Amino acid sequence: MPTPPAKGGSPRPPEPILLGMYRSIYATRQFELKCIELYRQGLIRGYLHPYIGQEAVAAGACAALNPADYIVSTHRGHGHCISKGADLKLMMAEIMGKATGYCRGHGGSMHISDKRVNNLGANGIVGAGIPIATGAGMGIKVRGTDQVVVVFFSDGASNNGVFAESLNLAGIYGLPVVYLLENNHYAVSTPIECATGCCDLAGRGPAYGIPGICVDGNDALAVYREAAAAVARARRGQGPTLIEAKTYRHGGHHVNDPGLYMDPAVLAEWKARDPLLRTRRAIDDDARSAEIEAQVDAELEAAVAFATNSPEPSVDAFLAGIEDR
Amino acid sequence: MIEMMYREALRRAIDEEMQRDPLVFLMGETIAERGGSYKVTEGLWRKYGPQRVIDTPIAEASFTGMAVGAALVGCRPVIEILFIDFAMLAMDQIVNQAAKYDFISGGQGTVPMVVRTQGGAGNGLAAQHSQSLEALFYHIPGLKVVMPSTPQDAYGLLKAAIRDEHPVVFIEHKLLYMTKGPVSEEETVIPLGRADIKRSGTDVTLVTYSHMTLKCLEAAALLESEGISVEVVDLRTLSPLDKDTVLSSARKTGRVIIVHEAVKRGGIGGDIAAMLMEEAYDDLDGPVLRIAGRNTPIPYNLNIEKACVPSVADIVEGVLRMV
Repeated sequence: MPTPPAKGGSPRPPEPILLGMYRSIYATRQFELKCIELYRQGLIRGYLHPYIGQEAVAAGACAALNPADYIVSTHRGHGHCISKGADLKLMMAEIMGKATGYCRGHGGSMHISDKRVNNLGANGIVGAGIPIATGAGMGIKVRGTDQVVVVFFSDGASNNGVFAESLNLAGIYGLPVVYLLENNHYAVSTPIECATGCCDLAGRGPAYGIPGICVDGNDALAVYREAAAAVARARRGQGPTLIEAKTYRHGGHHVNDPGLYMDPAVLAEWKARDPLLRTRRAIDDDARSAEIEAQVDAELEAAVAFATNSPEPSVDAFLAGIEDR
Repeated sequence: MIEMMYREALRRAIDEEMQRDPLVFLMGETIAERGGSYKVTEGLWRKYGPQRVIDTPIAEASFTGMAVGAALVGCRPVIEILFIDFAMLAMDQIVNQAAKYDFISGGQGTVPMVVRTQGGAGNGLAAQHSQSLEALFYHIPGLKVVMPSTPQDAYGLLKAAIRDEHPVVFIEHKLLYMTKGPVSEEETVIPLGRADIKRSGTDVTLVTYSHMTLKCLEAAALLESEGISVEVVDLRTLSPLDKDTVLSSARKTGRVIIVHEAVKRGGIGGDIAAMLMEEAYDDLDGPVLRIAGRNTPIPYNLNIEKACVPSVADIVEGVLRMV
């Protein structure tokens, strides 16, 4: 049975950081609720993996980054994408498969990348982003800049071979990479207790000579604090960090998975620690949070209108662009 | 021209490209101070330092993934996978990541990386160190596949591969590293996607690549003494495929045999034969033949190993059957 992390106050970050994190969390939540609605209407197809309940991880980690820093994301990537500064119009258009989307309708929910803000992209293969991020770290070293990479991945991915290889590699070369393990306690429907003999996932860092830190993933302030420290270390040339953020999905693996295998009592406990509500409470100024919410609501409405009114990709133009053989 | 070994020509290409572009760097197993198992990278670690000639642990999946990531942030990584057999450990990163990124992202980023590797039988290295697996990569949209047969081609094509904006699987052959040939003194880049007619002829076309090119040329010389004029088309690049050169040679001779070391079933030869049926049927004087590897893992014993891949005698016999 996963244990929710203990309650506890986190030191307040600077006001703009706090408000920015709330903006990310609120926008992700509203964006995904809208996506689920559009999915039910048949306007979004394929796989859609909601991040609802985990938003504080992306918001906290991305708040610790500069625009030039990179992120590498996962199949459950909307929150990472929004927190790094995505344009909701281009995101919604992509998820609706439109020609105006980030990937011209080639990618969909599982493959959004955003070159403008150095989001190297989501990935449909669990764990595959981990070596890519490690290589981005190596590329930064070869180019000699002071950028940092944050790679998001799940407890499920941490049991894949490339996790072990990549942490080892990053340890050898001292790469500027923050490995952000989002432990949402399930690999699809397999509880983490059934997927490893050792549930202390942060403890895998020291095994490769890398600091391993565990944090309450539903506490944006705490995630920000740990991410900022890890990012600062990486930027100073002091190498990688593994951060395990303990969190929980508010639903099943994807939009069509009711998540019946999740214990309702545990889920209720985690919902009581909803990162959206906790961050809103931390702002402690209804006018400020309401202002952010109104801005996001308007942006989202515009995004849905933009996506709805955008054209489908042209089949003829697409086929004409293919070189056979 | 200067006389050079295949592996020296590869080294020269890498050296010149590293000199030209500080974003080119190397990763692989024992490629640094030791200079690589086939000595292709010898001396480069000393010249460019451990920041650009990087020894990795035995972690093909992840160092291949690292090349993808480094390419995405603007570098031009060249990785060495010691045997093509070991590339199977990195298939997710090659097939699902490197080959897909440009497409999936809607053109937001290309992956300019080179996977150097080597394959083929001939040294008694048995079933997990002797395969010819090019068809696996040839099958994947988004990958380029290069298989040079001569030092000059190895030199010019590797330079083009490193400069290419897309992922290139550059497959060398273990029996070619010590072969010698003339290489241009002046810097030369050979564009990908162009076959080379290694020998002109009028009776039969042999379409081939990599080490089999040498065997085809030997067979062609033998057949000449029997009054048969054989044209040898060295594809050099499998993907993109130089259809025009293959088709025009087929139209000229009317008879085509495709020769490769890889297993016949599901191989490149079948695809080229089908292409000839679709596009040159009326110009052919008979069915297209394939001379290719036998349908078996490569055995250790040298005699039975030899029996698994086409010999010069097999090629001569195939041509004689056709004319």
